[in-house]
Amino acid sequence: MVHQYKNNGYNIVMDICSGAIHVVDDVVYDVVALFEDNALDAIKEQLPYGESEVEEAYQEVQELKEQGLLFTDDIYEDYIKEVKERKTVVKALCLHIAHDCNLACRYCFAEEGEYKGDRALMSAEVGKAALDFLVRSSGNRHNLEVDFFGGEPTMNFGVVKEVVEYGRSLEKKYDKHFRFTLTTNGILLNDEIMEFANKEMDNVVLSVDGRKEVNDYMRPTRNGKSSYDIIMPKFIRFAESRHQQKYYVRGTFTRRNLDFSKDVIHLADLGFEQISMEPVVGLPEEPYAIREEDLPQIFEEYDRLAKEIIKRNQEGKGFNFFHFMIDLTGGPCVAKRLSGCGSGTEYLAVTPWGDLYPCHQFVGEEQFLLGNVFDGIKRTDICDEFRQCNVYTKDKCRECFARFYCSGGCAANSYKFHGVIDDAYELSCEMERKRVECAIMIQAALAQERE
Amino acid sequence: MKRVKTLTGNKTYAVSMCKGGCGECQTSCQSACKTSCTVGNQTCENNK
Repeated sequence: MVHQYKNNGYNIVMDICSGAIHVVDDVVYDVVALFEDNALDAIKEQLPYGESEVEEAYQEVQELKEQGLLFTDDIYEDYIKEVKERKTVVKALCLHIAHDCNLACRYCFAEEGEYKGDRALMSAEVGKAALDFLVRSSGNRHNLEVDFFGGEPTMNFGVVKEVVEYGRSLEKKYDKHFRFTLTTNGILLNDEIMEFANKEMDNVVLSVDGRKEVNDYMRPTRNGKSSYDIIMPKFIRFAESRHQQKYYVRGTFTRRNLDFSKDVIHLADLGFEQISMEPVVGLPEEPYAIREEDLPQIFEEYDRLAKEIIKRNQEGKGFNFFHFMIDLTGGPCVAKRLSGCGSGTEYLAVTPWGDLYPCHQFVGEEQFLLGNVFDGIKRTDICDEFRQCNVYTKDKCRECFARFYCSGGCAANSYKFHGVIDDAYELSCEMERKRVECAIMIQAALAQERE
Repeated sequence: MKRVKTLTGNKTYAVSMCKGGCGECQTSCQSACKTSCTVGNQTCENNK
């Protein structure tokens, strides 16, 4: 399967199943489109180029094909089946340290932290039991990942500290290494928390939506005031104290700010170098939800953002945009690329009272309750259902050019929009495809610069 | 080649079938996703 597109003056040809990506001239671009169904003479007739040009281009296309870098077949279906049959271990937990929040974000999937339940804080006992569960469920896996998530985890920061300390005490004994992440809205952030996080947190995710008016509309405080003014000076200082690494400022854009490139640029202008901005996931009846008719504008925004990133890179003030980051020469193995996100098998969420769910977005959906951290997983049937999810079990993914980049998409999104975990949320797919195209174009531009 | 520049070198996905699937990498929601799924930008622990 080949996907070809033009963006920002670059002709890009992706050979989907080998992973090869080529930047080509106009003649090759047009020859590729005709190559599989036409002989050389027929191609010559159809294209407005000189014969020798077409012959030369044809030869190069032929060469790529012979090298296994173009028109390759998808040979991975049986391999992924075999990978999925391997015994999986739990390698990551999302700890819901607090089902409570000090903001009242309009789009919150956690319903202001409460996840369809009551407000609650995780006890240190539950947190420690969660780490014990992770250690005993992780087999030989050395690196274990733990997110402190909410609601807002800093509302229960004493427990965060206690759980981290406990985790460190387990590392030597069990030959494990914990990598902790803290996701925070910043309201309670202070010097003590920053200092602790800089010592112990491998990553911090700082939630902010960009421009003040955009942020404050969707992310007001509980009494309807600005959160931007409270958090932004602290986030700037926090990012600097981490030397602009191992963190993300992470925002959400909605149909109220379809000009979201301005929010990303705003964050970059404030000095942030690690930025993520995700489209909101909302049901159609929500006024902020992205609609199909918004896609053209969203695509233009991604294009605008991609060009700005290239420009700033040339000027020596580049920044990383999470969804445009792509490693074309390294990157994950094909098993990782095609076998799904790991929710329900490798990655689980833990509620304040120790219940286990397939991921943070399923918390509160009682039919997905898997067990708890004290007694372990009881509903292995649900885990098996999640284990089976991969790009080959989803009809919409089988022919999608982006399937090696999204691994079949988000099971929770599929459930939200289709009531099953092995479908795909089409709007998200459209945006993912656009982001992949932009990310590759940026690499093409950077490669050209290096020459 | 005169008309083609390959950004990905000669390494293909198929190569990673031999040694891949060790599972030491992060799960996708542990960086900055949380409401989508992105793996193309993740790091292989064996390539670090």
